[in-house]
Amino acid sequence: MFDNKMIVEDSLKATDTGFSIKARLPYYRGLGLSMIENVAISIDGEAVPREDITLSLRGRTWTLDEMETEYGDRWNFGEKALVGVRRAGGLAPGEHRIELAETMRISYLPFVPTTKDAKVLTLR
Amino acid sequence: MTIKRGVSLYSYQNETFLGKMTLEDCIRTSVEFGANGIEVIGEQTFWGWPEAGVAEDKIAEWHHLIGKYDAVPVCHDFMLDYKRYKGREMPFDEQVASVKNDIDFAARLGVRYVRALVSITPEVLVAAAPHAEEKGIKILIEVHAPLHFDHPWIIRHAEAFEKSGSDALGFLPDMGMFLSKFPPVWKERFIRNGVPPHIADYITKAYEDRVLSEYVILNVREMGGVGPAIGMAETLRHNAAYEPKRMLDYMHRIHNVHGKFYQMDEDLVEPCIPYGDIVAVLKRGNYDGYICSEYEGNRWIEDAHEVDSVEQVRRHQAMLKQLIGAPATDALAA
Repeated sequence: MFDNKMIVEDSLKATDTGFSIKARLPYYRGLGLSMIENVAISIDGEAVPREDITLSLRGRTWTLDEMETEYGDRWNFGEKALVGVRRAGGLAPGEHRIELAETMRISYLPFVPTTKDAKVLTLR
Repeated sequence: MTIKRGVSLYSYQNETFLGKMTLEDCIRTSVEFGANGIEVIGEQTFWGWPEAGVAEDKIAEWHHLIGKYDAVPVCHDFMLDYKRYKGREMPFDEQVASVKNDIDFAARLGVRYVRALVSITPEVLVAAAPHAEEKGIKILIEVHAPLHFDHPWIIRHAEAFEKSGSDALGFLPDMGMFLSKFPPVWKERFIRNGVPPHIADYITKAYEDRVLSEYVILNVREMGGVGPAIGMAETLRHNAAYEPKRMLDYMHRIHNVHGKFYQMDEDLVEPCIPYGDIVAVLKRGNYDGYICSEYEGNRWIEDAHEVDSVEQVRRHQAMLKQLIGAPATDALAA
């Protein structure tokens, strides 16, 4: 559910260390951060290493490894997280194809789902 | 004594996810349809719950809106994330404490019931029952497909509930377990995902013929089905047309009902869930709790259509109003 709403339209921005997008969870509730197993990004077909990705919510920032032991905060229902990507040389202005895959450890499911979205966003 | 109507705000998830409907919109809309009972998934409606907590002003806003629209808080659906820690399950005592925390939250919301997910063990719920009794709240485990009232896991819960002697433990049946036909919105989505129409037709017919899921999966494989075709066939593992009258043995512990639906057609019919039979059974069992609409067609159509949860809920409520108001029939006697 909400697969096609994971990547927030028109959210690609350049940052000092690379770029960022905004993203939501494909889920009918939020989830505690320790249960977010992965947030994978690829840009124009090139996978970004896990250690180069951060997630920010309401002004707090975590690496994906730090999130695994964060028991005091959550990614809320429909909440737009800022996903930061470290990328040497940044990103050229123009259109870029972003692929996003989020993996959630959901207590009642007998599997660990990974849900994907892909969109072409423009860096202005 | 009559069956009452409510809405689970889960129904409006497409609109609330995108910020198109506020909590006030959800409550006002439901009450306008004659559904004054409001059910929430606490952590969907209230950001922060449970890990970061919910500030008192948000709870005050809830009570203000409930009062403004003369609504009734019915149920808080809690989750209990026992897989919070990677690689190890949450210890028993912590699970019980987590349930108690949700009971306290439910008390803040003023609801009489909390919904427990069906995967939670009966021992955890029995251990939390005294706390629920103190707060005047009942813990209802959701009986949801693929589980059903004759499944050993549910029977184990029923036995534990009786043995506990607590009336704070009960059931919340989800009407999706009475799926009489393969939903057209599912079939259409699987076809959009690449299932060849002749295989989709076969699975739909096999479902209506009550063919064992494992045979259907094998046959689809032999028809050349792969990927989404196998996925479509595998939905038969998780869904079945159980009989609504199986609820009758448990009426003394059924206190809320999820009015699950996948699509409401213009003629006010849910083509795949037999609401006429369901309401007749509930009347026969003297059920006087709420049926809370729970629209779940959204996820099946969102890739191709604009989701209109409000219109879907309107139709579902109009259907329920007709069925609840209709004179009792003796159709069940047959």
